[in-house]
Amino acid sequence: MILDGKAPTGPIEQSWDKHRFDMKLVNPPNKRKFKILVVGTGLAGASAAASLGELGYNVESFCYQDSPRRAHSIAAQGGINAAKNYPNDGDSIWRLFYDTIKGGDFRSREADVWRLSQVSNNIIDQCVAQGVPFARDYAGYLDTRSFGGAQVSRTFYARGQTGQQLLLGAYSALSRQIKAGSVKLFPRTEMLDLVVVDGEAKGITVRDLVTGEIRVHTGDAVVLASGGYMNVFYLSTNAMGCSVTAIWKAHKKGAFFGNPCFTQIHPTCIPQAGDYQSKLTLMSESLRNDGRIWVPKKKEDCGKPANQIPEEDRDYYLERKYPTFGNLAPRDISSRAAKEQCDEGRGVGPGGRGVYLDFRDSIKRFGENVIRERYGNLFEMYERITDENGYKVPMRIYPAPHYAMGGLWVDYNLMSNLPGLFVLGEANFSVHGANRLGASALMQGLADGYFVIPYTIADYLKDTKPGKVKADHPECAKSIDDVRGSTKKLLSINGNRTPFEFIRELGILMWNNCGMARSKESLTEAIAKIPAIREEFRKNVKVSGTGAEFNQQLENAGRTADFLEFAELICRDALHRDESCGGHFRVEHQYADGEAKRNDADFAYAAAWEFKGVDKEPELHKEPLKFENIHLAVRSYK
Amino acid sequence: MSAQTSEHKTMSVKLIVWRQKGPNEPGRFETHVAKGITEHHSFLEMLDVVNEDLIKQGKDPIAFDHDCREGICGTCSAVVNGVPHGGQKRTTLCQLHMRKFKDGDAIYLEPWRARAFPIIRDLVVNRGALDKLIQAAGYVSCHTGGVPDANAIPISKPDSDYAMDAAECIGCGACVAACPNGAAMLFAGAKVAQFAALPQGQVEAPERVAAMIQAMQECGFGNCTNHYECQAVCPKDVDVKFIARLNREFHKALFKAKAGTFTPIGE
Repeated sequence: MILDGKAPTGPIEQSWDKHRFDMKLVNPPNKRKFKILVVGTGLAGASAAASLGELGYNVESFCYQDSPRRAHSIAAQGGINAAKNYPNDGDSIWRLFYDTIKGGDFRSREADVWRLSQVSNNIIDQCVAQGVPFARDYAGYLDTRSFGGAQVSRTFYARGQTGQQLLLGAYSALSRQIKAGSVKLFPRTEMLDLVVVDGEAKGITVRDLVTGEIRVHTGDAVVLASGGYMNVFYLSTNAMGCSVTAIWKAHKKGAFFGNPCFTQIHPTCIPQAGDYQSKLTLMSESLRNDGRIWVPKKKEDCGKPANQIPEEDRDYYLERKYPTFGNLAPRDISSRAAKEQCDEGRGVGPGGRGVYLDFRDSIKRFGENVIRERYGNLFEMYERITDENGYKVPMRIYPAPHYAMGGLWVDYNLMSNLPGLFVLGEANFSVHGANRLGASALMQGLADGYFVIPYTIADYLKDTKPGKVKADHPECAKSIDDVRGSTKKLLSINGNRTPFEFIRELGILMWNNCGMARSKESLTEAIAKIPAIREEFRKNVKVSGTGAEFNQQLENAGRTADFLEFAELICRDALHRDESCGGHFRVEHQYADGEAKRNDADFAYAAAWEFKGVDKEPELHKEPLKFENIHLAVRSYK
Repeated sequence: MSAQTSEHKTMSVKLIVWRQKGPNEPGRFETHVAKGITEHHSFLEMLDVVNEDLIKQGKDPIAFDHDCREGICGTCSAVVNGVPHGGQKRTTLCQLHMRKFKDGDAIYLEPWRARAFPIIRDLVVNRGALDKLIQAAGYVSCHTGGVPDANAIPISKPDSDYAMDAAECIGCGACVAACPNGAAMLFAGAKVAQFAALPQGQVEAPERVAAMIQAMQECGFGNCTNHYECQAVCPKDVDVKFIARLNREFHKALFKAKAGTFTPIGE
């Protein structure tokens, strides 16, 4: 099937404004008759629930955490992009649009990216009005800094806790609506199924994580803002509870999965210390503003203390390979470059899997105090984890799974192929193409929630009758039975291995075979091995306790089961995409200097996969991508 | 990831941990031994090791709250040897590493204990009361859209930095757990102070402080008697000066109420 993204036609500058006018509205008194279910309370979910509640819709908001404020958006450190051009350094909506399309290696929909760039400015205004304490200069105006893939300073930040502050802003707006009674909050509640009636999304089945109760919530539309799936690699920068579960359940009910193989490996994370490790910790990309990345030129120097390696024996490989962007080359490029150095045997630290991020020169130039003011909390965090002082010795960093550009396929209205199912933020596939630029995730989450869904959801609701599906509908009963059945199954296996052991086994396989470098052989091998792990899980997993209580092992087991199904889809997508682009690097397709070689003739499309059954091959649908405003070109940061 | 195994020598610690099946069940201490722990294990990774072992033995693993494991989400919450988050300065439990302990140490592990935080299971408590405080008035009542340009109102850097210092709170509730009165004054003070320092938040400052104080009473939080235990355990080192700010804002609100320029909620 050829999919239509329903992007507006005509001049791109007017596309969103014109589309907003073309869409229908819901009459204000009718809005409260529509119930909207919003899953997830990160930047996208909280801002959507708050904005929809404020408009008058009857909103129910769900999160697995004990409070909406704990969604993983909170961990974003560096900043949020906007085309404000406050520094007068040549920025514009056009430039942000261009940088994002190029940064995504020409695998995103132009109109969506334009809209994102356009509303980016509204986001900053909104957050300031909410009392978000962005960094300011001594005149009292907003400060900005630079991020990867851009030559302008367009990143607004709140110390090293930008995600936290933006989320607390959205959470405060959500809390205001909860008090007003327009939003009802369900914390510690996990979505375990999507209820589809006559092809439309009309409800969700959830498990109350405290009591274990399984029940259905019906609604007139479902909004999924449940985040990304990078924990499929087991070790990632995601929170422990981040999972593919909500979108995977929707996928199994018919929603197409877009570009699952577009996964981002973040270049600046603290290297792994041991096998017991449960997660990897990111060090903000903003550190690359002042830190210089290098490895020893000579292999024999790798074991020496960094400070004893003279300047002429250091290889500042990003500055050498990409003189224009230097240490601020985009994430996919920086990550691959780090892997290359380590593969050549010039990595540092345990196992030779690390490169230096060195602040020596910046400390010399600005003084330690300035560096402390800019990144103090990050240096502290580094020291807590590694027991090393980043002011005295260079930090060691290594790439780690971080962000999913792929997600459920959506059209320009952020609606999936299932009418009534909307997908926002990291959970959808839309704007980042094959690689996301730094400080763009926060921008997308809030754009989708504050400024897109409040308009586009009306265009669906206008044609629907409120309250069409009630809790006594047979599809609801069936969904509850299914969820109860799979929960019971998990508890009854009583094997010998814990869920943790399975996700770890899967993660290592995924990292080795479908991580920073992929090949036909590695992917074929993974596709052969994953069903075996899944089968072993079905026979041999051990989940203690019962379903009718607070049971964290049961939660883990359910999420692991979904990852075990989903992992195969990533590999299939990666295998079918016989080109390199952005974060998807196929070793068969590279230029002589190791850069990714795209194949626009055959792959300038978004892949949208249709579920055909676990253990069955999914069906591929395509949405051709047209580039009318930005010419398809080889991405260069040299 | 590299399959590098740490070569550091390992240690064992004895855990004396609070077990409680539900809010209305009796609780008790139970002893477990964590073996094969290295200095690079985080405290929660040490608990993972213990739990894997318990599951294999067919026993109930220890329930504990955790999520980001990088010290920002505020989910992790346990009292270690009598101190919420374990006593390392500016550090959440998930960022506490086992290098701070010695081989053979006995470690007491308990949940947050406060009237406003009922126990759910083992070390997991219900902190919904903190959400209730924010819902009471912990926001600026602006609409989505229709706000001025972000640079329209300059805010002095000291004011902005002060607001950011207050806004660093991660809502973990350690301050409540450490307070002999089970007060949430540091949590509420930080939110009141953040908004009181900013022009956007000043408009509603009297209503906000009045509503948050009322909500604190309704949720069963105690009052501040200046022990300052809250700041001592705060993983973000949120300053008790924000409690003073809350008190000042409350008195300002009372004067405004007397002058008839503001009506406290509930009147």
